[in-house]
Formats: sequence, structure tokens, C-alpha cells
Amino acid sequence: MAGSATPLWEVFIRSRNGLSHKHVGSLHAADATLALHAARDLYTRRGEGLSIWVVPSNAITASDPADKGMMFEPAASKIYRHPTFYEVPEEVGHM
Amino acid sequence: MESGSIQVTETPLVLFVLRRADDALILGHRLSEWCGVAPAMEEDMALANMGLDLIGQARSLYAYAGEAEAVGHDEDAFAYCRDERAYRNLLLVEQPNGDFAKTMARQFLYAAFAYPYWRAMMGSADAMLSAIAAKSEKEMAYHLRYCAEWIVRLGDGTTTSHARATAAIEELWPFTGELFEVDGVERAAIAEGIGVDLETLRGAWRSSVAEILEKAALKMPADGWMQKGGRNGRHSEHLGHLLAELQYVQRAIPGAIW
Repeated sequence: MAGSATPLWEVFIRSRNGLSHKHVGSLHAADATLALHAARDLYTRRGEGLSIWVVPSNAITASDPADKGMMFEPAASKIYRHPTFYEVPEEVGHM
Repeated sequence: MESGSIQVTETPLVLFVLRRADDALILGHRLSEWCGVAPAMEEDMALANMGLDLIGQARSLYAYAGEAEAVGHDEDAFAYCRDERAYRNLLLVEQPNGDFAKTMARQFLYAAFAYPYWRAMMGSADAMLSAIAAKSEKEMAYHLRYCAEWIVRLGDGTTTSHARATAAIEELWPFTGELFEVDGVERAAIAEGIGVDLETLRGAWRSSVAEILEKAALKMPADGWMQKGGRNGRHSEHLGHLLAELQYVQRAIPGAIW
């Protein structure tokens, strides 16, 4: 099994020009080059991608689920931040 | 499909195409043997992917051999209903998987040849072979890159991985001479502009192999006696065992489909 010799990597794939890279999963690999190969073999077998990023999982700083209250709940009461309060004049058409 | 073995009408073109088709099928089958038992899930998928690339190449080539032969043999007939002696693959590709180092070494030595080979074949006067070459060239370029990275890490890795990589390269080296063998079948294809002179690929193969072996801190073996015969149907004892598994269902239940 994959141990410390093969740390965890997060994989991001950009499927088309103009779109952004999207997280698709993770894998184990010894180094960045092998991680890129493994990402190609695991996540682009059905033509999903035009570009791959691999990032060491331990390079990601994540928010603590326990901080959910102070991190995200204050935004819930500020519905005026959503653009739904503006009426789009008909002449503007589809936005 | 009739039961038993087929007899192939071996015109120069049919033979020329079957050689490449058999290389791809046998090596693809070898890689498929890793499915579910590779050292890690990531490698399991990578080996299966490469196997599928090769089996895809084999299918296109067998279909074309069938067209060239024009007696109604399809891909399955070539794959499942020919005896060992009718197979024309290189001895290198039928060698058993061994450990991961040996599988990587075999794939590396083959890909370092097949990538420039298919690249050159893109200029073939035969439109079908040129099209198959264009697809195969990209696949083999990736196989070469993937295997080269592993050879470097195994060779320049731990004492154990270095010893295993050394043993693998040394064991397989005597089968690399056959890659560049030019006989009557090849000469006829070269004369018609269908094939490429394999001898002209030797330099590129040697330098790309030497470059990676050096990076891997592995010694390039001396060119001693080279084992040949696969191109003419004389195989090592391993091919019979491989075919017994590959062909079992069609031989036991001729014409079975699902």
C-alpha cells in the first residue's frame, strides 16, 4: 500500500479553454512528475481534460469545520449581496 | 468462424502488418496481466491504460491485415485462431512480466523503439499504415515518457530497486537486437515506401536509451549475442503459455461470442 514514500496529491483538471481548473480527486505518488502521470492515467481516461494541476495535499490550508459558525453564517443574513434585487430592463435581454 | 486454427496467406504486406499487430497484442496482453495486482492502484491503472493503447493498435492492424489478405479473416481470427508459430511478434514483448522493474524495462526498451518507429511510419506510402502510425506515435510517446521516469527512479532509487532494474535491463538486452532486424519482408516494404529501414532507427534508439540509463545510474549492457526468431515464428517458451490463456475461450468454444 501507498505509505509515506508516496504522499497524497490533489488533482485539478481544466476541461476546456476558458474554464477554470476544478478539483477532481486525489492520488498517491512519489513526486510531482509521477503525480502528474498518475493524474493523467486516473482522471483523463475519458477525454476529460486539457490541462492538469497536481498539488501536494499538505500544501493546502483548509478552514476548520468547527469554525463554520463564525466563518460562514454571518453571510447568511446579508441577502442584499445577491444580485436578485435588481430588475433587469427587458431591452438588456439575456445576461 | 471455423473451428481450430486458421491458415494465413502470408503475402509480404500481410506479414509486414501482422508483425506490428502481434507486437502490440502480445505486449498489451502482458500489461493486462498486471490488472488488479500492480504495486499501487495508480500503477494498476497506468499499466492497464498502456495495455489498452496497444490492444487498440493491434485491432486496427489486424483489421488491415484482414483487408490485405482478403480471405475473410477478422481481428478475432488473427488473435484467437493462430498457433504460436504463426505469431510474428518480437521476442522482447512476449517475455514474462517478472517484477515491476522488468515490466518497466521491457516497456521502456520497446517504447524507445516504437515511438520513433511510428513517427517515421507516418510518412508511409500506405495511407492506412500512415493513419495508424499517427495515432500510435502519440501513445508510444507517452509510454516512453512514463517508463523513462520509472527507470530513472528505480535505477537511482534504493539498493534493492537499483539491483532489480539492473537485472531487468541485463536480462532483456539480448532481445533488443531483433528490433532492428531487416529481412526480405522488411526490404520489400522499404522498397515500396510502405515500411521504414529499421537500421536507420538504431541510432535514435541507442541515444535515447543511453540518456535515460545514465540518468538512472544504470550501465548500458554491451551488445553481445542477440536472440532472434520471433519475426519468423520461432518463439521463446513463454509465448505458448500466454496464448493458452489468451485463446482459451475461443479454442474451447469455437465461435463463442458475448
